[in-house]
Amino acid sequence: MTQIPLERKVLNENGRIADELRARFAEHGILCLNLVSSPGAGKTSLLERTLEAFAPTRRVAVLTGDIQTDNDAVRLARFGFPALQITTGGTCHLDARMIEKAIARWNLTDLDVLLIENVGNLVCPSSYDLGEAAKIVVLSVTEGEDKPLKYPAMFFRSELLILNKIDLLPYLPFRIALARENAQKVHPGMEIIEVSCLTGEGLPAWQAWLESKVASSAKTMAAT
Amino acid sequence: MRVSKIGVRIGDLAGLDPDALRFCFQALTKETDLESVVLVIERKPRRQRCSRCAHEFVVVNYETSCPECGEGLTAFLSGDELDLAYLEMEDV
Repeated sequence: MTQIPLERKVLNENGRIADELRARFAEHGILCLNLVSSPGAGKTSLLERTLEAFAPTRRVAVLTGDIQTDNDAVRLARFGFPALQITTGGTCHLDARMIEKAIARWNLTDLDVLLIENVGNLVCPSSYDLGEAAKIVVLSVTEGEDKPLKYPAMFFRSELLILNKIDLLPYLPFRIALARENAQKVHPGMEIIEVSCLTGEGLPAWQAWLESKVASSAKTMAAT
Repeated sequence: MRVSKIGVRIGDLAGLDPDALRFCFQALTKETDLESVVLVIERKPRRQRCSRCAHEFVVVNYETSCPECGEGLTAFLSGDELDLAYLEMEDV
């Protein structure tokens, strides 16, 4: 009997493509963010409010993933920035190969920011690196406070938690302090921003977070 | 030589259910040359290190606070593995 050590990651090939993408993004000083959440938490709404606030000269593009329909790309294209739908046809997450294929039609020298909206799912998207600088998880207050405990991998791998729909807090038994505590349990030190994409409350904090990331991406490129 | 065993390592944070993997493995290998291959799954717990006292510990029941000093800010060490660890071959 012979034992052959393999020591390979199961998602090795996805990781390899993601690393290539990350290197390309770095080379062009592009900030790539991967937005994840359960269906209906408000990823598209957050992107709408984000794009709406950008100057038309802003060099930003959006990729949005869904199992079916191009509804989200239509919603996001209204703001005049390049927006492309990735229709997975059943797959419950985006993978690095899909991103590589989708961005092939864009000239990366024209971009500073690439926002990726993943398929609504708190499980599988956590396992697939898309070459992003950070994952951002959106949790709406109409879900449970225990979502971070139920889906620890997603909350652990996301740098920022956006707590959305806070305009609904007066009507719900949702305990926001408990949600924050649960997020900190699975991801000690996790950054958390409370927003309402409907009223706009909290959005300046999100925009400031985003701009600080954009600035550090550009700085990294300048340094290389 | 033929493959007799395959070793897989799954961390608590990998987002993968070992029973589901076993189920898929059996479904895929059934009535094939690989039917006799044994799938060995090694579970890896989540480990954290305390930012204050440097104590290293296994996370039980989502509790990432330091069991020694109570500090809430602890750093991730390991537990998100999803690895093919080894193959075992035997002479036929």
